[in-house]
Amino acid sequence: TENCKLYSRLLILYPGYGVVENVRLIDRTVSRKATVGTLYLSATHTIFVENNPETRKETWVLHSLVASVERPPTTPSGSHLVIRTKNFQVLELLVPQERDATDIHASLARLSRPEKYSELYCLSINPTANKEEREESWSFLDLQADYRRMGVPNNLWVGTPANSEYRVCDTYPSELFVPKSATPPVIVGSSKFRSRGRFPVLTYFHQDTLASICRCSQPLSGFSARSQEDEQMMQAIMKANPGSEYIYVVDTRPKLNAMANRAAGKGYENEDHYTNIKLQFIGIENIHVMRNSQQKIIDIKTPSMGDFLWGLESSGWLKHIKAVLDAGVFIAKAVAEEGVSVVVHCSDGWDRTAQACSLASVLLDPYYRTMKGLMLLIERDWVSFGHKFSHRYNHLDGDPKEVSPVIDQFVECVWQLSEQFPCAFEFNERFLIQLRRHVYSCQYGNFLGNSQKERRDMRLRERTYSLWPQLWKDRAQYVNPLYRADHTQTQGMLRPNTTPYCFKMWKGMYNRLEKSAPPRHSPADLLTAVREETQQLEQELTNHQEVAPRGTAHSGTKQERPGRPAPSTGDGSVDSPPHDYRSTQRGPPDPAMTLPLGPPKGSDPDDLSSACSDIESGVIDLSSRSSSGGDDCKDPESDEAIYCPAWSGTRGPDTGRLPC
Amino acid sequence: MEFSEHIKTANVEDVVLRRPFYQPTKGTLCVTGHHLIFSNRGGDSARPFLLLLRNIDAIEKSVENLLGYSRLFSSTGQSQRPSVSSGTITLKCKDLCVLQLDIPGMEECLNIASSIESLSSLETVSEMYPFFYRPPFLSLQDQWGLSSTEQHYAQMKEIHDGWRVSQVNRDYSVSPSYPPAVIVPHSIDDETLVKAARFRQGGRFPVLCYYHRETGTVIMRSSQPLSGANRKRCREDELLLQAVIDGSELGYIIDTRSSQQAQQARMTGGGFESKSCYRGWKRLHRQLEKGKVLQESLIKLVEACGDQSHSVDRWLSKLENSKWLSHVQTALSTAGLVAECVERDGHSVLVHGSEGTDTSLLVSSLAQLILDPDSRTLAGFLGLLEREWVQAGHPFQQRCAHSAYSHVRLRHEAPVFVLLLDCVWQLARQFPLAMGFSEPLLLRLAKEVYASDYGTFLCNSDQERCVTGVKERTHCLFQSLLRANERQHYSNPLYERTELAIWPSIQPPSLQLWKGLFLQWTDDALHLVEAQKVIQNLVSQCHRPLNEKVENTDG
Repeated sequence: TENCKLYSRLLILYPGYGVVENVRLIDRTVSRKATVGTLYLSATHTIFVENNPETRKETWVLHSLVASVERPPTTPSGSHLVIRTKNFQVLELLVPQERDATDIHASLARLSRPEKYSELYCLSINPTANKEEREESWSFLDLQADYRRMGVPNNLWVGTPANSEYRVCDTYPSELFVPKSATPPVIVGSSKFRSRGRFPVLTYFHQDTLASICRCSQPLSGFSARSQEDEQMMQAIMKANPGSEYIYVVDTRPKLNAMANRAAGKGYENEDHYTNIKLQFIGIENIHVMRNSQQKIIDIKTPSMGDFLWGLESSGWLKHIKAVLDAGVFIAKAVAEEGVSVVVHCSDGWDRTAQACSLASVLLDPYYRTMKGLMLLIERDWVSFGHKFSHRYNHLDGDPKEVSPVIDQFVECVWQLSEQFPCAFEFNERFLIQLRRHVYSCQYGNFLGNSQKERRDMRLRERTYSLWPQLWKDRAQYVNPLYRADHTQTQGMLRPNTTPYCFKMWKGMYNRLEKSAPPRHSPADLLTAVREETQQLEQELTNHQEVAPRGTAHSGTKQERPGRPAPSTGDGSVDSPPHDYRSTQRGPPDPAMTLPLGPPKGSDPDDLSSACSDIESGVIDLSSRSSSGGDDCKDPESDEAIYCPAWSGTRGPDTGRLPC
Repeated sequence: MEFSEHIKTANVEDVVLRRPFYQPTKGTLCVTGHHLIFSNRGGDSARPFLLLLRNIDAIEKSVENLLGYSRLFSSTGQSQRPSVSSGTITLKCKDLCVLQLDIPGMEECLNIASSIESLSSLETVSEMYPFFYRPPFLSLQDQWGLSSTEQHYAQMKEIHDGWRVSQVNRDYSVSPSYPPAVIVPHSIDDETLVKAARFRQGGRFPVLCYYHRETGTVIMRSSQPLSGANRKRCREDELLLQAVIDGSELGYIIDTRSSQQAQQARMTGGGFESKSCYRGWKRLHRQLEKGKVLQESLIKLVEACGDQSHSVDRWLSKLENSKWLSHVQTALSTAGLVAECVERDGHSVLVHGSEGTDTSLLVSSLAQLILDPDSRTLAGFLGLLEREWVQAGHPFQQRCAHSAYSHVRLRHEAPVFVLLLDCVWQLARQFPLAMGFSEPLLLRLAKEVYASDYGTFLCNSDQERCVTGVKERTHCLFQSLLRANERQHYSNPLYERTELAIWPSIQPPSLQLWKGLFLQWTDDALHLVEAQKVIQNLVSQCHRPLNEKVENTDG
């Protein structure tokens, strides 16, 4: 069949174990229903295809998104495999032959932990097929243009060639902006006095107040050391803001951590040595604390509300999210309300500093609340300034102590803000989830390596595609219909409430597609649907007017419109099991997953290249294509629609999945 | 009795009012029999601020008297000169709003405070404001209430074979808290009902509340059977329940107490249906809290929401400690169970706890919302509330005498109805298309149930409402909410009817704190209200031009 052909071309089978038949995919809800099918291991994905000829539902899991594979003890019915993904999904398989299970386990363990960059998806799959398209994809964003947008360079801030060829700091970008009065000796001297040479440079310039946000790493001050150049650099930054008489130095670490660093010859600025600085500690914990905290929040699995809230509290996750947001709020207020420039650092200046600076930008500048703006912001504060993506997100099998959900927290802060200001952001939750996914997936070259220099040395622009134009192309799925460029929430600085009750668990991220839960159902999605439907109706109305007496096909009832994304909200279906209302002592609810993330977009399943570049989801679902007889409607929620078949069924054959 | 007896000082000038979302304003405060009226003297044309005294849950006062008797100074110094003796009254309202009044003059302050104290806690029903409220757009000649049992029955043609309306309670003698007419199995005559009623607490024998067309099964509700310590039986009660499952082999009794609580109830004359006496009925226990436990949960939750500390840990621990969300979860889960029995297993269900006036109503009405698309429309939902709460005898006056701020010793207060509204909000949040009404309706109801211009939530039963003349001398809230312009405001712009059951998720992350209610006086809520407006505009923009075009085409 068509699909088989697709596989035979897609799969670069691992010798010995490519295809395993009669595998059961177990629904991890209470029902523990199993579907029988065939498991394929390709070079990039684990694919499970249902045997049921009616649906032939497919479940794809990208190897680079596999976090762990467990093998619980073998049972008489076969061997279990539990695959956990980096986007918090769980796939449980029952393999009849123990030998097969061992093989799958071994190969997945290897495939999911690449040792070389060249094994990663973006470098191993047909990356350079179309040179022009590839080059174009990399020119989609222009960082320098964004600096120009905020009015830089100007008579206060100028570009410096100091770091060309990464001479002064190999983790910084080559193009940097510094105060006009900062001479090369000052730059070099300051760089020598800063951890890893990361001297203070401009990241955001606020045109209304002329105040700026600068970033750097901790000074090598120890207990008494000082650097004249570094002090001059700070002075220059203050001078670059004509209206103010002091600057804030925001150390995003807890004060105790900063003090401990002094013993190692590092530390923080001594207020006696620097003229007119105000030092402020924010207290964001380090990457190890954050890693453990996230693990705890992932592990909360309880049907009891009391235990859930207790687990949420003891994970500390929301407390950390609040700390990160508080840092952003402090900086934004200093810049916009006091008109005072801020220099931000942590230890190395690439984790907490990136979080705090980028959040402050989101709060200050409405542009960063648009899709393109957020892309640019990530490109600037995270990618160009040397956030260690490959280490933090475990792209290659490496030191587990380097791994930490730093950008997860930034993305979540933006989400928390969007919950508080529903009209202020151009994008929706799905955009944020997709963004975070790609940080981990390595399907695009953007986040490989740990610095601009590493990426240049790997020649990624010649060998991979950039993510941004792909996201932009799919922007229809990511639009927040409530966004109004002229709405009061959209204007000027956001002043979020950071009272603890404003923070809640991000269900869309951590409890994704839990089978027993109703799918996402933000009014926003529904509105997009309403709007699309209206457009479609208008279209049909036009057609109707053109071809007047065309029979009864379109009676104008909503139910018969094709293409409405199954908006529904719930597994309101008769055949899908309701939740477990019965047992008082429920077993672990185990959020089920197996769910695809996005619809397939390749129009021709036989076209290998398009299929590859379009499979941007780790887990995708082709069932709508295979069973809907060529109906090419795009259903952004197709993953979820699977669980409301009866409901979507009432809307006609839009998904091809009919109620049983 | 005259209200004026309570009013020692009717007017005070130069009072400063502080309330959420507004700058403090100076104006004149006036106390009337039912309201506090604050008018901004000579200020903008804004209407005076009106607060129903009934809405005030707690009042705190503090007075300062710096220079002994200060009258001399304040009367000569006009308003420019700050009065040296002054007082501050903090009003904590049942709608969770907190207001502050700065009143010049200690004596005035104390007088006002004492007037508010006595007038806000009047207990005579016929003195309450609904008996005086006469809006121009409503007439006392209008029908009070949306529908009667008879009308409801008449609409459900499909049950006419098996069920009938019984007037056995027409003089409220069989059950003082039941309405005059109830729906019962056809084969059970009134005499049997009278005997069965004697076997149920408060005479609340099993009656029909919902018929599920798809499976032909029903939801019934009642109070506990009075089997007592020596396991009494009642043949008529057994017959009545037998008639409910006539022909099918099984029915479920969902007891909203734990089995231990049900056992204990026998010691005080209550009890449960034993398996041997009620063949075919299977009993399931689900413990729902009510009464004092629930009231204290609300108090703790509101206290947590007012805590301005900046520790996330402390907030989460207080939220957990209040147990409110656990009550929401249990209520939805039990309602889901009832709906599951009816819809998926095809068996009839009887719901009861002990009195049958609180948790039974909560569970039966939530189950209906899950199952019945008719109850999810604006009118349908109000109809449901009227049948299952007002007519069914939820003792509103007792339950809602005080809310979360009151320092008064608790008697019968319990926010069962607020819990219902929260559960409905959770349903509407999980199924934003399925409900014909919107969050503002739920918020309005949460406010009206404690303090209202209307008579709907007065009294504890239909009988009391008749005796006190509520139906003749007050207006009905539900009628008023269904007027055209109100209807618009309370409709869900995204509503699209679905015939299917809406099964709520009861996983903890799926249930959220109802910010719109518990945090409605914070800025956060303002942003959400704005978003609602944007949604409304969007939908109307999307549909208006289209509808016009369609009309033109059709024409």
